[in-house]
Amino acid sequence: MGCWVCYIGSMAVGRGGFGRQNTPAHRHEFATVRLATLRVLAQRFSMIFLVLAAIALMLFEAIQPRPIEAVRTRVVDAFTPMLDAFSRPAATVAQLIEAGHDLWNTYLDNRRLEQDNARLLQWKQAALRLEAENNSLKSLLQYKPGPGPSYVSARVVATSGGPFLRAVTVTAGRRHGIRKGQAAMAGPGMVGRVVEVGEWSSRVLLLTDINTRIPVTIQRTRHRGILAGDSTDEARLLYLLPEAGVAVGDQLVTSGDGGLFPPGLAVGTVTEVGDHGVKVRPVVPLDRLEHMLLVNFGLPGGLTFEDGALP
Amino acid sequence: MTMTLWQRIDQTGRNLAPGAVTMMLVLVNLVPLYAPQYDKVVPTLPLSAVFYWAIHRPDLLPPSAAFVVGLLFDLLSGAPAGLTALTLVLVHWTVGTQRSFFLARPFHLMWWGFALLALATGLFQWLISSLLKLALLPLAPILVQALFTMALFPPLALLYIRVHKAFLTPPA
Repeated sequence: MGCWVCYIGSMAVGRGGFGRQNTPAHRHEFATVRLATLRVLAQRFSMIFLVLAAIALMLFEAIQPRPIEAVRTRVVDAFTPMLDAFSRPAATVAQLIEAGHDLWNTYLDNRRLEQDNARLLQWKQAALRLEAENNSLKSLLQYKPGPGPSYVSARVVATSGGPFLRAVTVTAGRRHGIRKGQAAMAGPGMVGRVVEVGEWSSRVLLLTDINTRIPVTIQRTRHRGILAGDSTDEARLLYLLPEAGVAVGDQLVTSGDGGLFPPGLAVGTVTEVGDHGVKVRPVVPLDRLEHMLLVNFGLPGGLTFEDGALP
Repeated sequence: MTMTLWQRIDQTGRNLAPGAVTMMLVLVNLVPLYAPQYDKVVPTLPLSAVFYWAIHRPDLLPPSAAFVVGLLFDLLSGAPAGLTALTLVLVHWTVGTQRSFFLARPFHLMWWGFALLALATGLFQWLISSLLKLALLPLAPILVQALFTMALFPPLALLYIRVHKAFLTPPA
């Protein structure tokens, strides 16, 4: 007569039977054998359990993103100091390479900048004249300016680590006055918007992410459309009227619709108009962002929009 | 065999090495290189770690550890929570069934096996991501990413072998 525990144990462990089955020693071994059997069974089940748990998590997040997002911001907060430390050497190397590159191009850059400078000085004169004119007109109208925007600069410490996500983690959070929905800018234009905010860190969704939708205006024709990312290098311009007359080279700026962003932030340039829709290249190259400015324009729209049912 | 307290602490520390290395790779994976086009080819570093330890020391990096590592990666990177966790657990399971094959084979066969697995993983993640977003995502980046992951296997394997030898081989 074999012992059933030993039998299942041998099946699960796959080592053949246990010897000395009806001896007193067997009875002593009974507890250990049962434990081993249970362990093997638990291993088999734990695999199924882990797979189901992962699938359940994904479905849960797709239906109810809030709780996962809360956990996520906590975890990102906790790891931000480490990510920050890890990203410093990479930043140093990048700066060295860039310095070498700059040195190499000094002569050409200098000539280009001299030309730019001459042109910009003319623009400066025009701007000063317009500013003076604007001020005098404002004083005629008794115009009260709203509160100006406030800027927080932040360092990029983590990328998304995958091709389908275009988002970065930056070192500024609730404590620095960052709120969900704020615009993120770098250099000449907009790069994205804040989608998750922790205490010391936040995540910025870039313009090219598939979840990005930004109301924009074509600067030349004043027609409106929606800029949408599609996980490639370029974003697409959607919902354009047929008479919009968009052309390659047109500049796009935020339209201010929806109250998320103020109108007039530079967003991108049209690079292709064709059967596959209108393609837009962001003003700022999004693949080597090192610092960005998170901008609070003091607009009321962003948070209410974010807290609504829209994803 | 009985061990003193210090020996036990020492052994526990050594046993944590596979998990620690894998965890470290998650963080390194997220480091922005500030290099043009890098965001499109980021390799999946923890994949090879799970592959190696699932072959050589599955007791020290069990499926549950692969799950935790994957979940951490998801939470930090902003990927759908559970996607990488599911991938790594499945990789662990697949490798576990082929363990005896890989254990006795030369390095280039291991590399070949890993290449197939990296490609399968990429396609799997592409499929799940497309399902979750209800959109057909571009396939090309996945292939580039898989190629990059395969290419980085030898140097990473060297790291694992060194860690394996340094911490987990009993002194003769």
